[in-house]
Amino acid sequence: MKHLLSTEGIDPAQATAILDTAASLKQALEGREVRKLPTLRGRTVITMFFENSTRTRVSFEIAGKWMSADVVNVSASGSSVSKGESLRDTALTLAAAGADCVIVRHPASGAAHRLAGWLREAGTSVVNAGDGMHEHPTQALLDAATLRERLGDLRDRRIAIVGDVLHSRVARSNVHLLTALGADVTLVAPPTLLPVGVENWPVTVSHELDAELPSLDAVMLLRVQAERMHGGFFPSAREYSIAYGLSENRLKLLPEHAVVLHPGPMLRGMEIASAVADSPRAAITDQVRNGVHVRMAVLYHLLAHEEETA
Amino acid sequence: MAPRQRGATDPAGERELLSAGDVARTVARMAHQIIEKTALGAPSAPAVVLMGIPSRGAPLARRLAVRIAEFAGVEVPTGTLDVTLYRDDLRRGPTRPLEATKLPEGGVDDKLVILVDDVLFSGRTIRAALDALRDHGRPRAVQLAVLVDRGHRELPIRADYVGKNVPTARTEEVHVLLEEFDQRDGVVLR
Repeated sequence: MKHLLSTEGIDPAQATAILDTAASLKQALEGREVRKLPTLRGRTVITMFFENSTRTRVSFEIAGKWMSADVVNVSASGSSVSKGESLRDTALTLAAAGADCVIVRHPASGAAHRLAGWLREAGTSVVNAGDGMHEHPTQALLDAATLRERLGDLRDRRIAIVGDVLHSRVARSNVHLLTALGADVTLVAPPTLLPVGVENWPVTVSHELDAELPSLDAVMLLRVQAERMHGGFFPSAREYSIAYGLSENRLKLLPEHAVVLHPGPMLRGMEIASAVADSPRAAITDQVRNGVHVRMAVLYHLLAHEEETA
Repeated sequence: MAPRQRGATDPAGERELLSAGDVARTVARMAHQIIEKTALGAPSAPAVVLMGIPSRGAPLARRLAVRIAEFAGVEVPTGTLDVTLYRDDLRRGPTRPLEATKLPEGGVDDKLVILVDDVLFSGRTIRAALDALRDHGRPRAVQLAVLVDRGHRELPIRADYVGKNVPTARTEEVHVLLEEFDQRDGVVLR
């Protein structure tokens, strides 16, 4: 694997290999005195974040460091980007400075794909850490890893993705990855928060959360992305919460084994009730923990093999 | 199928070095050697742990433990140690899948750890295993048991227990076959 840009069209065997590696890494590191592996010694990983992030940036940085790569963090503010340098020139500069892998988050959909094209000659690997409203593949991989831990094989498992699907790169990446792994995905959202063309996605669509809950194996809640909303997508936060928020009463409709996921950051009281977020049914801290192992696995699959030309 | 003549080359260009019976006898002999050399069961003897290197070292370690229990009445804990993440040749081939690492109960601290592998060749796997072991604790001592030593060492590493020494050409391949993976026991040269 040369780049990880999207989960759309991902080879299920490749996805499973990454998830297996992540599970092995987790098991190998458990209870160890030294949580560091020498595998990527001498490789340089640069994270380039043009959007705010806590968990993804920190998670990639820890993943790189636990694999012994040298990790350098670049953010838009405080770099030459704030002086007006283009994305292309910034990327070429980082590649020339010796980056083996660039991890990029950018507000523009497709930024990671463009970057991979520009860096072809330099041979640098690119990981998409979220591009606009397009994709966030490592989030989908860590969600799948968490679901596999709790549910086993995902084939024919019923998983609902609830909320602001329209603005969510997490939802897009999860739809492609989970269906590639054989899961049965339902989107639950008000019509205003579903993207145009959703009827062509390999999913079923519903507007009624309560009708779906009793038959689910997992429910994934999405953050309502106020920063991307310029207009009335729903009447009020309270009304949204009443129709699509996972309250304590709704939790009782879920089967006993069903898992609750949230990619974070959570808006407690909006899409998820505080008591639900803190209940043992929620796997939210597991998701963060697995994020590190999944990103280690991605770096392993990108960097620990002979050169290949993409 | 008629039993094959030991040392005979079959049409597939395969020469049998050890038969299934030979493998069983060799493992039994190695178990005796381990008992003797580590003074297993004696009051002053150090606690012994067998760590198999996947894939084929893992079942070999378990077989040795069964034999040791049979001959000395001592249950020796076994584990597996995957060395993939410590290899120095990861960038010389396609992505290698990882195998399981499982430390025995009680870990490796202050234990006499015996690494178990199927074939000893360049010594690079064992070098990686020593590095991996260091991240899991501080054994009192480390020894090495291999079913086949085929020579061509590239590092100053030697085995403490060798099932069979096989002189080989560098281009030849030695394959240890175990029922757990290959539906039969044996060692063949290809």
